[in-house]
Amino acid sequence: MQLEHTVESDNPTQSPRETFVLNVGPQHPSTHGVLRLKLVMDGEYILAVEPVIGYVHRMHEKMGENRTYVQFLPNPSRIDYLSAMHYMHAYVGVVERALGINVPPRAEYIRVITSELNRIASHLVWLGAFLLDLGAFTPLLYAFDDRERILDLLESVSGARLTYCYYRFGGLCNDVDAAFVEGARAFVKHMWPRLKMYHGLVTENIILRKRLEGIGVISAELCRKYGATGPVLRGSGVACDVRKLEPYSVYNEFEFDVPHFGDGDCMARYKVRMEEIAQSLRIIEQAIAKLPIGPIMAEKVPRVVKPPPGDYYFAVEAARGRFAIRLVSDGSEIPYRLKLRTPSFSNLALFGEAARGLLLQDALALLGSLDLVIPDVDR
Amino acid sequence: MNTLLDELKSAFANAAVAPGGGESVKPEASALRVLNVQIKGHQLDVTVTAGAVVAAAELADRFGFAMDTITGVDWIGSGEMEIVYDFFHTQHGSHLVVRTRVPRDNPAVPSIHRVFPGANWHERETHDFFGIKFIGHPNLTPLLLPEDADYHPLRKDFTNAA
Repeated sequence: MQLEHTVESDNPTQSPRETFVLNVGPQHPSTHGVLRLKLVMDGEYILAVEPVIGYVHRMHEKMGENRTYVQFLPNPSRIDYLSAMHYMHAYVGVVERALGINVPPRAEYIRVITSELNRIASHLVWLGAFLLDLGAFTPLLYAFDDRERILDLLESVSGARLTYCYYRFGGLCNDVDAAFVEGARAFVKHMWPRLKMYHGLVTENIILRKRLEGIGVISAELCRKYGATGPVLRGSGVACDVRKLEPYSVYNEFEFDVPHFGDGDCMARYKVRMEEIAQSLRIIEQAIAKLPIGPIMAEKVPRVVKPPPGDYYFAVEAARGRFAIRLVSDGSEIPYRLKLRTPSFSNLALFGEAARGLLLQDALALLGSLDLVIPDVDR
Repeated sequence: MNTLLDELKSAFANAAVAPGGGESVKPEASALRVLNVQIKGHQLDVTVTAGAVVAAAELADRFGFAMDTITGVDWIGSGEMEIVYDFFHTQHGSHLVVRTRVPRDNPAVPSIHRVFPGANWHERETHDFFGIKFIGHPNLTPLLLPEDADYHPLRKDFTNAA
């Protein structure tokens, strides 16, 4: 990619076509974190983009290789702090798979409830931040009001409001009480009409539609070549969801749809996430209704975790897409290799190709519709 | 049971006998040397020679797989560097793993970025962490590490107490 300042002709009578390099970030409101975009511009149009990443690289994979399995437990929730439950789920999932632990049903049901609450909270942050990018301030206040209820609920069981460390190898650290179940039920009841309100307030808004419809079209083929997943892939018409295709935990016991819209534009990705909130509510309703009674920890969890030598892989559907962990064990107390495959990394990778030829303002709408968490890109 | 994986498995097995065969195969495909093919659950695990990763990626592409991730494993004990390519399928719950091993003192494999452009960043990251060279990569510069980084932190002999 050429990023030099180029002047095709220095003769003023020949109407020179001048390009310039525009830096967005690393500190910029629309990048939501320390992401830098090097844009080669022709006036208002983008000729080429190079995302520059690594500003919040913390080397979680190295941390995984120099401490024990239990000591790494708090790390996954710091990778994508908006999707912490899902990341915990993947980590305990891969270790449980390696150890051959069967998790009791009650624990798996509670994991599903908390994971889906976390997904709604994550989508609400996206909704507020995305609309803020587009110039609408008010929806943020509504979205954060609803999110606050989820954070209160999750805080009551896990003790944390953002970076939860609630799951354990073989189960959970705490059982939920009646107040949590009642609170989750009340939240679902509260959220259905709110969702309807969001659609009336935002989805039908003509300004929003003009900003999103037909803008930033990403084809399903481009997603496949770059490994984009989650709402980005489903906004390109592919009903790909790890919860359906490679069911983990107890997700195969619930009825839910995989929302997908074929337009591939920013509006399609918007609609996917809004519809996913509804599907998560459906899952939570069913999980509360069927919540089994019983233990929340597996009986035989070794005190010192030493998975047998081998290569284990576990993928989950996080709020931003497919998060997977590859664990290579050499039989010792410390992982030999812990690879973290994060969705934001792949979703951002295609931005350079998808943003080419767009107006700057449309590229920022596209960037917002990808719902990036920069620490998730950088790890 | 899982027909897609069975078809893919036989495609790998058939491509493996191609060199020297009478059929006119593409030069890349003829380079496909498969050392081991195994189905584990929903996962096809293939081990190939280092020169065959592009042909393996082309096969994954033809079967509709998507780029999942690329990473390395440093087997310092046997003096080898393993490169692991993961592919997932967007319509089936199938997973393809392609592995290859190269000597640790000068690890290099061909880049697959022409088949999967998404491999570009994954290969840069793997180069950052392990110092594995991806031959033919357009821009093998540090991605996550600082731009002047000349160290590879996931190598098992990496020591930096800072």
